Amino acid sequence: MPITFPNKPGLVIYLTAGDPDLGTTRDMAIAAIDNGADVIELGVPFSDPLADGPVIQRASERAVAKGTRLTDVLVICKEIRAARPQAGIILFSYLNPVVRLGMAAFATAAKDAGADGVLLTDMIVEEAAEYLEAMRTNDLAPVFLAAPTSPDERLKAIAENSRGFVYAISRVGITGTQAELASDAEQLVKRLKQFTKLPIALGFGISTPAHVQTVAGFADAAVIGSAIVGLVEKTAAAEAPRAVGDFVRSLRKGTTGA
Amino acid sequence: MSSTAIPTITSAAPVSATPGRFGIYGGRYVPETLMAALLELDHAYELAQADAAFHAELDGLLKDYVGRPTPLYFAKRLTETLGGAKIYLKREDLLHTGAHKINNALGQALLARRMGKQRIIAETGAGQHGVATATVCALFGLECVVYMGEEDMRRQELNVFRMRLLGAEVRGVASGSATLKDAINEAMRDWVTNVRTTFYILGSALGSHPYPTMVRDFHRVISKESKRQILEHEGRLPDAIVACVGGGSNAIGAFYEYIPEPNVALIGVEAGGRGTALGEHAARFQKNGGGIPGVLQGTYSYVLQDDAGQVATTHSVSAGLDYASVGPEHAMLHDSGRATYTSATDAEALNAVSVLSRTEGIIPALESAHAVAEALKLAPKMGKDKILMVNVSGRGDKDIGIMTREMNLSGAAAQKVSA
Repeated sequence: MPITFPNKPGLVIYLTAGDPDLGTTRDMAIAAIDNGADVIELGVPFSDPLADGPVIQRASERAVAKGTRLTDVLVICKEIRAARPQAGIILFSYLNPVVRLGMAAFATAAKDAGADGVLLTDMIVEEAAEYLEAMRTNDLAPVFLAAPTSPDERLKAIAENSRGFVYAISRVGITGTQAELASDAEQLVKRLKQFTKLPIALGFGISTPAHVQTVAGFADAAVIGSAIVGLVEKTAAAEAPRAVGDFVRSLRKGTTGA
Repeated sequence: MSSTAIPTITSAAPVSATPGRFGIYGGRYVPETLMAALLELDHAYELAQADAAFHAELDGLLKDYVGRPTPLYFAKRLTETLGGAKIYLKREDLLHTGAHKINNALGQALLARRMGKQRIIAETGAGQHGVATATVCALFGLECVVYMGEEDMRRQELNVFRMRLLGAEVRGVASGSATLKDAINEAMRDWVTNVRTTFYILGSALGSHPYPTMVRDFHRVISKESKRQILEHEGRLPDAIVACVGGGSNAIGAFYEYIPEPNVALIGVEAGGRGTALGEHAARFQKNGGGIPGVLQGTYSYVLQDDAGQVATTHSVSAGLDYASVGPEHAMLHDSGRATYTSATDAEALNAVSVLSRTEGIIPALESAHAVAEALKLAPKMGKDKILMVNVSGRGDKDIGIMTREMNLSGAAAQKVSA
C-alpha cells in the first residue's frame, strides 16, 4: 500500500477524527476514497491546534470534548484499511499526543493499524532523529511540511527526509479556506522539485474544484482540509459520509478519472 | 528513499545536540512556516548580544526609563513578625509599568527595531507583559497587537485599559479556557500568518529556541543586581531565594546568577489553585498533579495533561501563573534538583497579600504573593542568622478588583496580622 497518485492531481482528504464521531469519520473516509480520494489524512484532535484556523479548531475542540484519543483514531485507521486496502492513509497529529503515547509505541501501533505514513504538524527536521528512526523501523513514511518561508537549504532537508510525498504549504498562514491560491504556491513547488522526485502535495486554502484544477497545473496532489471539515460541521452526522463523497466527486470532476 | 541530510541539518543528531536545549528540555517544535523567522531571530539576537552599542542603549533605558536598579529592601517588620530568617525583598514591583516584564519587553523591542520589524504582537496573561509591550511600542512608535484570554480580560480589566491607553490593540481570545495558553495559541497563529513583517515579543521564558534563553538573558539583571546588593547589605549570599513560577521568567532571572552557588537554595513557587485535581491548579511539578514532560507551544517541558496527551485546563487566582506548561530551563533545574518547586494555594496567596501589605506597606501582585506565601512558611523554620530573599515580581494594583472580591476587607482595621 504505497502512497501513489494515479490521478492528476491526486486528492488528499483531511478529516478531523472524532468529529462528529469516530464511526462517521470512518464512513466519511471510505466515502471519500470511493469518490476519488487517493490519500486520507486522519487528523488526531488536539487541545491546542496552533497551526489551524477556526474551522479545524472548532472540529478539534468538539472531538476532544467527546474524549477522542489517539488510540481511538488508530482503531478507525485499522477499520478503514480493512475496508479499502488500496487507499493511502496518513496519520496527522500535533506532537504531544504522540509523545504521551511514546514515539516508538506510536509507530508500532500506527503500522499495526495499517497507516502508510505520519505527518506531525510541529515536528521540524532538526528535531526529528527519534521520529525518523521510529518511522524507518516500522516502514512508515514521514511526511514533512514545507513552507513558502523555508529557505532552499531547509527545503532540501525536508525533501530528503520525507517519504511518500512532501506537503507544501500554499501560503504563509494557518489552515483555512480562501478565495484564490497564493502566488507563493507555484514558486514553492518549483523550488521543492529541485530537490526531490517525490510527489508534491499542496495544501492550505484549497477548497474548490477550480483550485484543484489550478493545482493540477504545477503540483502532483491537492490537500483539502478546512473545506471538508466545514462541510462536516454543517451536515447532520447521518448525511455526512454522502455529503463528503459528493464533494470529493465534485473536486475530481473535470480532472482525469472523472 | 535515502534520508541523507545536509550538514547544517543532521537528522541523525541526538536530540540533545539541537540548539536551545536545557538538558533534555527545550528545543524547537513549531510549524515549518515559523522556522525561517526563528532562525532569523536567533541570528539577530546573537549579533545584538555581541554588540556593545545594543547593550549600552538597553542599559541606558533600563536606568533612565525603566528605573533600574531596583532596591533590595530588608523587610524588618515582616522578619520580626515571622521570627526566623532575615527577609529581603527584591523590588521588581517598583519598575515602570509595575512588574519585571518590562526588562524583557524592552530588550525584545530594541531587537525588533534592529531587525526593521514595524509590527509587534504579544500575548498576555495578567496583562503585565501586555502593558510592558504596549509601553515599549509607544516608546519606539511601533504598531502593537496584544492577545489576551477573555477570562483574563475580565479579571485584569485595569491592564486592558492601560494597554488601550498606550495605543495597543487588545484582541480577546475565547477558545479553550480563555487564559494565557489560548492567548499564546492565537499570537502564534498571527505570527504564522504575518511572519514576514511581525516580531513576536513573547513574555515568558517559554516557547521555541531562542525565546527561553533570550527572555532569561533579559531578566538576568535581577540576580546580577541582587547579588551585588546582598553583598553590600550582608557581606554574604542569601541562604535561599524564592520566586513565583508561571512560565518562569521572573524566577529564572532571580535565580540565574546563583545557579553556580551551591549554598544558595533556589525555590520556585507554582500556583496551587484550589485543589490538587487536574484542572484545579497550575502546579506542573507537583507529584501526581498531572504534569508530565511533553510538547506545548514550541518547547519540550513539563505539561499538565491527561493520559491521552490533551493539555489540561488550569486554575489560579493569579492570571500570570495560570498556565499548563513551564519554561524548559526550570524543567531542567527541577530534574537536576538544583532548584526545588513548591506551590501556594489561592487562599495562601491572598493571605500573603494581606500580610505583606500590613507589615511592610507593600501590596504585591497576586503572582508575587505566591512567593511571599512560601516565605511565610519557610522563614520561621530558618534560624535568625539565615537570609531569605523574595523576588517581588510585580505590584498588586492590577489585582485590587479580585482582592476586593476575594478578601473580606470589612472590619479590616481590627484584624491582626497572622502569618
